[in-house]
Amino acid sequence: MDISSRIYTGVSKVVGPLMVIDGVEGIGYGEIAEIMLPGGETRIGQVLETTTTRALVQVFRGTRDLDTELTKVRFRGEPMKISLSSDMLGRTFDGSAQPVDGGGLVIPESIRDIYGSPINPAAREHPRNSIQTGISSIDGMNTLVRGQKLPIFSGAGLPHNLLASQIARQAKVTGQKEKFAVVFAAMGITYEESAFFIREFEESGALERTVLFLNLADDPAIERIITPRLALTTAEYLAFDKGMHVLVILTDLTNYCESLREIAAAREEVPGRRGYPGYIYTDLASLYERAGRIRGREGSITQIPILTMPDDDITHPVPDLTGYITEGQIVLSRELHRKGIYPPVDILPCLSRLMQGGIGQGRTRADHAEVKNQLYSAYARGVRLKSLVAVMGEEGLTPLDTMYLRFCDRYETDFINQASYEDRSFEDTFSIAWDLLSLLPRSELKRISQEYIDLYYHGEEGGVCKGP
Amino acid sequence: MVIDEKRDVMDTEIRNGTIIRVTGPVVEADNMSGCRMYESVKVGNAGLIGEIIILEGDRATIQVYEETTGLVPGEPVVRTYLPLSVELGPGLIGTMYDGIQRPLEEILKQSGDMIERGSSAPALNRTKKYKFRPLVKPGEKVGPGDRLGCVRELVAIIHYILVPPGVSGTVESIVGEGEYTITDSIAVLLSGSEKKSLTMVQRWPVREPRPVQERLDPIEPLLTGQRIIDTLFPLARGGTAAIPGPFGSGKTVVQQQLAKWVNADIIIYIGCGERGNEMADVLEEFPTLKDPRTGYTLSSRMVLIANTSNMPVAAREASVYTGITIAEYYRDMGYHVALMADSTSRWAEAMREISGRLEEMPGEEGYPAYLSSRLADFYERAGRVSLIGSGRHEGSISVIGAVSPPGGDFSEPVTQNTLRIVKVFWALDADLAYQRHFPAINWLMSYSLYSGIAGSWWENYVGPGFIQIKQEMMEILQRENELEEIIRLVGPETLPESDRLLLLKAEIIRESYLMQYAFDEFDTFTGPKKQYHMLTSIFSFFKRAETAIETGVTVAQLREHPIVERFARMGSASPEEEESLFEAIDKDIKSIRELKGMV
Repeated sequence: MDISSRIYTGVSKVVGPLMVIDGVEGIGYGEIAEIMLPGGETRIGQVLETTTTRALVQVFRGTRDLDTELTKVRFRGEPMKISLSSDMLGRTFDGSAQPVDGGGLVIPESIRDIYGSPINPAAREHPRNSIQTGISSIDGMNTLVRGQKLPIFSGAGLPHNLLASQIARQAKVTGQKEKFAVVFAAMGITYEESAFFIREFEESGALERTVLFLNLADDPAIERIITPRLALTTAEYLAFDKGMHVLVILTDLTNYCESLREIAAAREEVPGRRGYPGYIYTDLASLYERAGRIRGREGSITQIPILTMPDDDITHPVPDLTGYITEGQIVLSRELHRKGIYPPVDILPCLSRLMQGGIGQGRTRADHAEVKNQLYSAYARGVRLKSLVAVMGEEGLTPLDTMYLRFCDRYETDFINQASYEDRSFEDTFSIAWDLLSLLPRSELKRISQEYIDLYYHGEEGGVCKGP
Repeated sequence: MVIDEKRDVMDTEIRNGTIIRVTGPVVEADNMSGCRMYESVKVGNAGLIGEIIILEGDRATIQVYEETTGLVPGEPVVRTYLPLSVELGPGLIGTMYDGIQRPLEEILKQSGDMIERGSSAPALNRTKKYKFRPLVKPGEKVGPGDRLGCVRELVAIIHYILVPPGVSGTVESIVGEGEYTITDSIAVLLSGSEKKSLTMVQRWPVREPRPVQERLDPIEPLLTGQRIIDTLFPLARGGTAAIPGPFGSGKTVVQQQLAKWVNADIIIYIGCGERGNEMADVLEEFPTLKDPRTGYTLSSRMVLIANTSNMPVAAREASVYTGITIAEYYRDMGYHVALMADSTSRWAEAMREISGRLEEMPGEEGYPAYLSSRLADFYERAGRVSLIGSGRHEGSISVIGAVSPPGGDFSEPVTQNTLRIVKVFWALDADLAYQRHFPAINWLMSYSLYSGIAGSWWENYVGPGFIQIKQEMMEILQRENELEEIIRLVGPETLPESDRLLLLKAEIIRESYLMQYAFDEFDTFTGPKKQYHMLTSIFSFFKRAETAIETGVTVAQLREHPIVERFARMGSASPEEEESLFEAIDKDIKSIRELKGMV
């Protein structure tokens, strides 16, 4: 098609992040529009709805300064694409994939649609390689597996960034040396937060293996809708074309959803829960489901999305829908944080759905699953007793109850708690776990087979505990 | 309805519609007069599959089953003159389809690891030959549902080739025993002066239930090998169940456990808007597991429908219909089919999303007003039925639908509308899941309306006293709940010894019987005989314990008795260990009396 014929001036309406162009012809759904402002600036937009003569466009960098007289719109005739190259490693881009590190444009090895296509379920390989993050509360209780999507549910003021950077720094598959890369997408986080990540990557030497896409808090909100897609398209290229194991950190998904809501409101769509649009599940799934492994290909995409739960409410639509899509979640607790425990992982609501396939003999250790189950049930019992003690006081507790209370405290201070630079091996984690289980009487370990108890249990019969 | 049959419109000139509006998965086209509601159409130059959902004048609104990016107003819409249908015939078993019955393995071979738009492949393999054995002779009169012959599908299933609904006549000719593809003509029926050639494949519109002779009441339980389900909240063959729960409460594990161990002949597993990795897990794991009843692999009795959450939303809406239509087809052969839909909430959300795009007036929480009738239509296709056809055979479909209520709140519309229809409710509980008590089915909230049917079955076929034991079990659990309230108020020290014993009983029931570890080789499945044995052992201990308490034995003593630990190991005991374990338990029970002397 002749390029000039696809330039229009018929902007008839501008509202919020949206604009309507009349008198157009043959505009495709999802097509990219270049909007040429009277001042000479060019912005990018995307077609949300198209009819025979009219197109509705969302403008990624905002509609300020648009007018209905002089503004010109050129339609590119193709959906949003990104230039990809392995030279992107070590580079920093803004939320629309423009370089902001002073370097030149990426010389493309490949150009791809940022929306991608769904991975054929028949092509997926079930993830089974457990990643050692060096963090006991994850490795021991909710093991991360290569190709998994495991979000961190956090709250304002909790150390989720510290935890994410510790995972990025320490994550490894034991006994394997493979090509590793980090893709980091910031959506509406502050300059300070993003500077923290960059510094962390720099110090650990990971920066040269990292691609950063930064849409910061003062960048246009609507751009946040494409930022994670740019990051994931890059990750797919590095993983499935270049055979790298890519860790994708997306933060903060709550801001992303706010942007979706903003557009839905501007379009006057029927709102679902808390004003979020009805398609938010599908939309989030189109991000999260881009994690995984593909049969016969080297690389993998592991996702750690971070989201802050408004008012620490896990039933808020963003964490709720995320939890339904991702393969588990790591939940941070304000209470543990106040107690000074780092990482303040609230073990009970945490889950790793892919753990089962990644642990056990030959992967982590044969007793892993049973130890995990026993720790869970013992800790849950301790927590329940604690809430009872808070009301009733300690009298009336049986000696066994006291043991559980002691276990519960030690579990938090010795097992969950660790330094932000402490890198524990799976063996370290299990050895702490057995130290703690040995605080309980042997007969209480109902979820562990006799053979493992004989091998690892070192408490005195009757549960009198030794050591400090 | 026979394949490739076009409606009686071939004489009129084929006209194409034109796209006039595109918004997400919804497309409007004009020049569409003459189209029928729910007719399937091909949209745009890429030929994306769509279905007409609104007609107004010569305008049609179409929901498109593929990603619509790049569609341009002005592109054509081509009619197919057929409603959205599935292909039914040999080759379904062991195949994974998407929501509109595209075989995903074939699509993989064609277009690579990612599903590209406009990919298509026939649902059933056209070149594979099946060994056909005729069951009728020329001259016989046959009607809908009659068996013309059979082929073996994989190893486990005898696939009957049935006369399609609406077709009857006299068999003029039928092929002899031999190898045929599904498109080869296998029989010619003569009806009046009209000859009709039949193949092994038929088509059926997914939104229309296949006809049955008569609907029957369920009469026997559908055994699942899951103790809490079989004992406390049983499902019946031909029954319906809902399993709602917040994320992380184990819906998918329960669904997969049912798909593995339920005693049905055919399993239809619909992954509706769920995770791709879970589907990969099913694909990898099921071929390695054996059906405890037949010894064949579990995948050789299963059809998998995978429309993961990132696949097009309209195809997600269609996936449950595709699944249940395939279920009906196997039911019509006289099989017991179990269908798992994980998750019906994603299906309802797909309806909501489409409804929102149509700018329909929303009902509760943005769901369309027809949500409850759609749910009812779907679950009503379950049931035990007497089949059409002269054999008067029987078949059944049992449906188990997972529900994912937002925030785990059961008062939301999908859960509530589902509960109005289904007869069994397995409520998953986040607190139980947090304690890693799995399956996290809450025993106080769940119910089953098939308890009566199941109870008499257990009494008749497994062992006497089952109903009594079950009743007592529920009472103990209920009482435990009350006692916990009291403890919360006044503390545990005031409880009399009899109440302490009740707490011990409840703990044994919970931890040794209701809790079942899905990933343990033996605990994953408990047959009815073993369940009964476990129950009788536990309850005869309870009886002994009651008398022992009266004679001065303390609950603390009982708690430390090795029998408590032995109970905990019953589930995971292998068949070889079982005997000695139960013997040891019997001995323990007898020895309880001796505890008295030790006080």
